[in-house]
Amino acid sequence: MDSNVILHAEGMNKIYPGTKALDDVSYDVLKGKVNVLIGENGAGKSTLMKLIAGIEQPTSGKMYMGDEEVVFKDTTEARDRGIGIIHQELSLFPNLNVYQNIFMGREQTTGKFKLDNKKHVEETNRVMTKLEHVMNPNTLVGDLRVGQQQMIEIARNFLQDDLKILIMDEPTSSLSEQEVEVLFKLMREFTDAGIAIVYISHRLEEIMRIGDNVTILRDGKYVARAEVKDIDVPWIVQQMVGKGKSYPKKDREVDWSKQERVLEVKDLTLPKSGGGYLLDHISFDLKKGEVLGIYGLMGAGRTEVFECIMGLRPEHTGEVYKDGKLMNIKNLHGQIEKGFVIVPEDRQAEGLVQTLSIGKNIALSSMHKYTKTGFIKKKDEDQSVDKQIKDIMIKVADKNLPILSLSGGNQQKVVIGKGLLTQPDIMLLDEPSRGIDIGAKTEVFDIINQYAERGVSIIVISSELKEIVSIADRVIVLSDGIKTGEFIHEEITEDQLVLSSYKGHGTNKVEKENE
Amino acid sequence: MGKTGVKKGGNSNWVMTLLKGRTLLILALLIIFFGIASPNFLTVNTGLTIAKHVALYGIMGIGMTYVIITGGIDLSVGAVAGLAGMIAGGLINEGLTITPLGITIYFGVPWVILISAAAGVLVGWLNGLIITRFNVAPFITTLGTMNIARGLANLRSSGATFSNIVGKEGLGNTGFNYLGKSVAGIPAGVIILVIIAIAAMCLLKYTPFGWHILAIGGNARAAKLSGIKVEKNTTFVYMFSGFCSAIVGMIAAAQLVASHPATGEGWEMNAISAAVLGGTSMSGGIGTVGGTIIGAFIIGVINDGMTMCGVSEFWQKVIKGIVVIAAVIVDQFQRSLQAKMALQARNESK
Repeated sequence: MDSNVILHAEGMNKIYPGTKALDDVSYDVLKGKVNVLIGENGAGKSTLMKLIAGIEQPTSGKMYMGDEEVVFKDTTEARDRGIGIIHQELSLFPNLNVYQNIFMGREQTTGKFKLDNKKHVEETNRVMTKLEHVMNPNTLVGDLRVGQQQMIEIARNFLQDDLKILIMDEPTSSLSEQEVEVLFKLMREFTDAGIAIVYISHRLEEIMRIGDNVTILRDGKYVARAEVKDIDVPWIVQQMVGKGKSYPKKDREVDWSKQERVLEVKDLTLPKSGGGYLLDHISFDLKKGEVLGIYGLMGAGRTEVFECIMGLRPEHTGEVYKDGKLMNIKNLHGQIEKGFVIVPEDRQAEGLVQTLSIGKNIALSSMHKYTKTGFIKKKDEDQSVDKQIKDIMIKVADKNLPILSLSGGNQQKVVIGKGLLTQPDIMLLDEPSRGIDIGAKTEVFDIINQYAERGVSIIVISSELKEIVSIADRVIVLSDGIKTGEFIHEEITEDQLVLSSYKGHGTNKVEKENE
Repeated sequence: MGKTGVKKGGNSNWVMTLLKGRTLLILALLIIFFGIASPNFLTVNTGLTIAKHVALYGIMGIGMTYVIITGGIDLSVGAVAGLAGMIAGGLINEGLTITPLGITIYFGVPWVILISAAAGVLVGWLNGLIITRFNVAPFITTLGTMNIARGLANLRSSGATFSNIVGKEGLGNTGFNYLGKSVAGIPAGVIILVIIAIAAMCLLKYTPFGWHILAIGGNARAAKLSGIKVEKNTTFVYMFSGFCSAIVGMIAAAQLVASHPATGEGWEMNAISAAVLGGTSMSGGIGTVGGTIIGAFIIGVINDGMTMCGVSEFWQKVIKGIVVIAAVIVDQFQRSLQAKMALQARNESK
């Protein structure tokens, strides 16, 4: 084996219930290099890193360090082998102070039991000075802003002696430009000392600057690997997008400028609890019978747009007009009465009541229509539910069967049917095709098109490029809380959407937020 | 930010100081109030009586504080106290009869204490095992073991009381009742409380174990990813709570010189209240031993003060319930204020 390969993973598979997150991926980590890993949402980057760091175990596959096979049952075993990870989601203790967080799990003691807090404070100051982030080691971590918390997450890994591989899963997502510079300097020090870095980032320019080699994953599969000096940004985008099967492009000839505007959102802003914004002055509109797509990476703020409109985020600011009238958004119930309906992202947790039958699930949001003096009028309910089932082609033998007897695709149609039964003017669909097979996907798209033709205005969030390109009349792209693009008709191309979705991750914006 | 902002900052600082010192303030106010309401309240005798009761709430409350810090709850504490008292009383009065051999063994008092304490630890271990290995919610687990322990306590004597548990000179098992007496004027229970409190305080503050349980309560997933043995530490915490409860059961039995199977009924309320009044957060990760002891004093002063003022037992329950809920509401208020101030400080430092 090449002596520069410090860790070799062979044929890694990871199967979660219902999805194959990683499909026969082999991966080499090179010593003294910044090894970049990149791909769209759900490409399997984070999963692969979790396997290498011992957070999760592969369904099958082997890992070697040198010539020896290694198996990590937990993070401690991986750490003993010199593998450290900086997590994508912060894994800190908000109730504890800075030095407690940094030394958690690797405490220094005098004698056998007594914590050596003097040493903890000294070491913390040393590391934080190196990171150019001097702060009081007694500060509660919960009181720090997100960027500072991220520095602490990074500091935890810098303490490890005999570090061989450092995995960094989007370490710069909430750092300012200045902080990123410091981090890059340290990364170079690390690689000069022979430590391998695995780097996941959504900032393409950053990768071109700091990376040595790039590996691209798509849909859990290995796609390509190249030296950074041989490639450019368009090449990366092309590899990420791929040339898979695409859905037929919808061609509707509608003059949208003549259609009435049913929804207008102005300067929608949602503050983040740690400082900064989840949504930063988002504005868009929606025409009658239009299908508007929202594309973006995970955490771009897509779901939050829906939550604001549906009244789940009372802390938002900005104006929402429906049919030209300014809305006073109070709560979800009120929004349904005003003609909105949402199909949530997580079908099992938010879309369905698993203990109720198919019919009851469909009728759930419209129950008040079939209620008289406190009692449900069974006949009315049955009639409407039957009509809805037929209308959207849910394959069901008996509507009194438990909801879980249906396939994922049909369950999703039940959730959509529940929304449609309220006779909405505007329907918000959050990842309507997630986790369902191709056939059911096409049927879900048919439902969307059918109701759009009938005059229902629809907003669809999707992470799948091909889907959104084929179904939407118009697409807006969000990136890190900012609207970075709006495309109509032929302008909607996969490459355009991907490029826009990375735009908000420019370092300048974070700088502005933090200062 | 203009002048108003500065003024506001100063104002909330003042409120903050008051909020942080509120438990001691409430305690002082209660003592003054009952001192005026009942002429016999501010006497040495009353003080000693209250101290005896506070020792029971305090020791149990310390175990409870540890459990709540990990994000759990232990409802079995009162029943474990009852069980430990019955085991101790039974061993002293009747000894341990091994039927097939036809002999009865009488243990010396140190052994009696050790065996009874071990029973408490065993229940705690069972709690920890069920919670960590089988993923049963702490509330349900300890609700179950509460009933099991209470049932066993009654089974030991078919519901009867072991009275006069002083032991016999001839059997060499005298001296248990010293747990209920005083040494140099200080009740033995108070001395035990001080010892356990100091140990628990040091454990929480100065050892890796203390950090680990704070971490588990603060962010269990992150704790696991940091390599902390979450299951082992959590189980130990429930064992410690069982130990504290067993000690309380024995002190209570010694104070009465009798073991009754219903001893400790509803005491989980006192232990949880002491912890919560002392600033322990029910969502885990936050809590101190010192705070819980102040909380135990508040409960003790309210209980005995109201009794001395002739308030009926039923009203006492109503008032104690209100006090605990009010404490949590104020606690929530403090936390949101604290978060707001931290945000403000952050904005100003930019």
